Amino acid sequence: MNVLVYLIPAALGLGLLGLFAFLWALRSGQYSDVEGAALRVLADDDIDQMPTP
Amino acid sequence: MNEAVDLSLYARPSGDGTLGMDLAVEGIACGACIGRIESAVKRLPGVTEARLNYTNRRLHVDWTAGLLQPAQILRTLEEAGYHGYPFAPLRAEAEAAAQARRLTRCLAVAGFAAMNIMLLSVSVWAGNASDITPETRDFFHWASALIALPAAAYAGRPFFSSAWQSLRAGALNMDVPISLGVVLALALSVTETASHAKDAYYDSAIMLLFFLLVGRALDHAMRRKTRAVAGNLAALKAETAHRFSGDELVSVPVAALEAGDRLLVKAGERVPADGSVLSGSSELDESLITGETARRKIGAGAMIYAGSLNYSGALTMRVTAAERATLLDEIERLLEKAASAKSRSMRLADRAARFYAPVVHVTAALTFIGWWLAGASLHDAVVTAIAVLIITCPCALALAIPAVHVVASGALFRAGVIVNAGDAIERLGEADTVIFDKTGTLTLPEPRVINAEATDPDLLQMAARIALSSRHPLAQALTREAASHVPYDAAREEPGQGVRAVIDGVEARLGSARFCGTAQKLQDTSEPGVSHIYFCYGNRSASFAVSQKLRPDAVEVIAGLRARGLTLHIVSGDRAAAVRPVAEALGITKWLAGVKPAEKIAFVETLKRQGHRVLMVGDGLNDAPALAAASVSLSPIAAADVTQAQADAVFLGERLQPVLDAVAVARRARGLMTENLIFAAVYNAIAVPIAIAGAITPLIAALAMSGSSMMVTLNALRGGKPA
Repeated sequence: MNVLVYLIPAALGLGLLGLFAFLWALRSGQYSDVEGAALRVLADDDIDQMPTP
Repeated sequence: MNEAVDLSLYARPSGDGTLGMDLAVEGIACGACIGRIESAVKRLPGVTEARLNYTNRRLHVDWTAGLLQPAQILRTLEEAGYHGYPFAPLRAEAEAAAQARRLTRCLAVAGFAAMNIMLLSVSVWAGNASDITPETRDFFHWASALIALPAAAYAGRPFFSSAWQSLRAGALNMDVPISLGVVLALALSVTETASHAKDAYYDSAIMLLFFLLVGRALDHAMRRKTRAVAGNLAALKAETAHRFSGDELVSVPVAALEAGDRLLVKAGERVPADGSVLSGSSELDESLITGETARRKIGAGAMIYAGSLNYSGALTMRVTAAERATLLDEIERLLEKAASAKSRSMRLADRAARFYAPVVHVTAALTFIGWWLAGASLHDAVVTAIAVLIITCPCALALAIPAVHVVASGALFRAGVIVNAGDAIERLGEADTVIFDKTGTLTLPEPRVINAEATDPDLLQMAARIALSSRHPLAQALTREAASHVPYDAAREEPGQGVRAVIDGVEARLGSARFCGTAQKLQDTSEPGVSHIYFCYGNRSASFAVSQKLRPDAVEVIAGLRARGLTLHIVSGDRAAAVRPVAEALGITKWLAGVKPAEKIAFVETLKRQGHRVLMVGDGLNDAPALAAASVSLSPIAAADVTQAQADAVFLGERLQPVLDAVAVARRARGLMTENLIFAAVYNAIAVPIAIAGAITPLIAALAMSGSSMMVTLNALRGGKPA
């Protein structure tokens, strides 16, 4: 049972890591335009020359 | 005319020498627009950042001060095929955004805590049934306390502060029993843990917070979405005025006007502000203000009101604000009275809370006294009483109404109705009487050609294309019939007369009868409210009658409303001669004409005194007080600003269908709310006796709470079907 003494805090720590990652994403405005983000990923404006097929 | 545009009102310094501006962008159709708009704007000199928010169709631009005239951004957007409308973000919207972020943070913390505590709790429940050692159980309980206490302190703040405010105001809202339940459950759990007991309620307290926060966050997100759309529409509607600075004309947004400004109002434009005429004479269409469709002749010295349509001549006017216009003054005085006299219908949830909270608290107290008198120990009596509070904690009850709200306002949004007031849906569902205004509500806000079928289609199309070259309101009405939106090249407007153009070598004229030389040939029927515009092409000629026209689906919608058992009235400020044909066409027998704003209120009040729930649908400034006085109110998007601010909901588009949809969705929502409240009551009727008997375990509490919340939410989802 002694294993629980460090496994549970470790699990909690990982959970907290996820929580803080979410809060950071929220703070940096990543949820302010969810529809736009889905479309921006398809834009090719970072490719200078489209390769000819 | 090349006129300077002054948009400095909207440019805000955003630090380090840059200016920023927000624009609502119209015409965005697909994802490719994002790149097209951003790259076009970024190519402008001095622009440091251009970011389009696709979700709410808004563009934010930053540029180095002095390098760019903001009007250039609008021109660039026009060239790319979009329309940009600058707007100043409303304070209320910024506050709502901050509030939404706070709620989401609370939700994230509560979600994290609920998951981890459940993990520990399930182990304890399983262990209690088998062979967990007391030491391990205590360790799990303390670990739960370590998570639950800070999480509740953080995620519970929206409830605690609302409950505290309500208590200080001497009232009880739903947050009082929620807060009490959470605090007591946690306090009990900590003392039980300290005395190595088997059961603790950390999971119940945190899960309760989590479920309630989900409901609140969704409600908030829906309201923000509708508010963003409403904000964009307001920006689209915001008009510009031509202001004299010295002798030059500068186009400025209406919001930037000040008392004393001298303005030019061209023919075919709306008067941008209240004021007095300095020079010029014209006819004004004041139907947006008084509901009267006959035009008023005005000259120098006359008072004119924002929203009137200038029909014929250019006017120079001075803006007044200090000396209040008599009409607006009257309407504002009535508004104040109506708003204060409005017996605010109490929200369903508050009504439930007012009944529910005392019952729960008294039941808990009686449980404690009962067990104590029956000889139980003080500890056992307290534990049982708190178990009653936890099990009755109004999770289902508090979700019952917000969940329906979210689903119903989503359905309304899709039907083209934007809900302003939080409790509008409940009140709309109760309405049994509808009062319609006529002008702009039952009829289209803009006049239309009413004899289009009776005229030669060739001539109509030619006339409509010529009309594109004129700003005269009658010509504007004609353009709505145009199939092609390409104006003729050589079309020339002669002020006060009409437009002439040469089509296929033959001269065509559109305008007054004399201008077209058709005065003798076509008889001028001088019906009230109908204006004529004439057209001649070679030796063929036509006369077009322009008048207010019913909304295309008005007849079916009125029939639909009647089929739903609603009593219908028309109350208009227009003349009887103009109201009667509309009432007859729609089959509405109860109509009043020539009604002044004060009389509209009196009519609404009379109906309310007779016990009717009145839905008022109106758009004019003269309707605003009646909208405020009615039980619930709807307004078309073309309505005057003051009027829209009073309406509980605004509907979009040319059709009247949204009114019928709104009533249908609201009635269904109202039914679902009642069902949910009954369900919550039934749940309590079953769970409370078990709790009073002292047979509640944390496992039962968790199951009951999440089970009832899910039932209520699933039931609410039934309201999302299109009307």
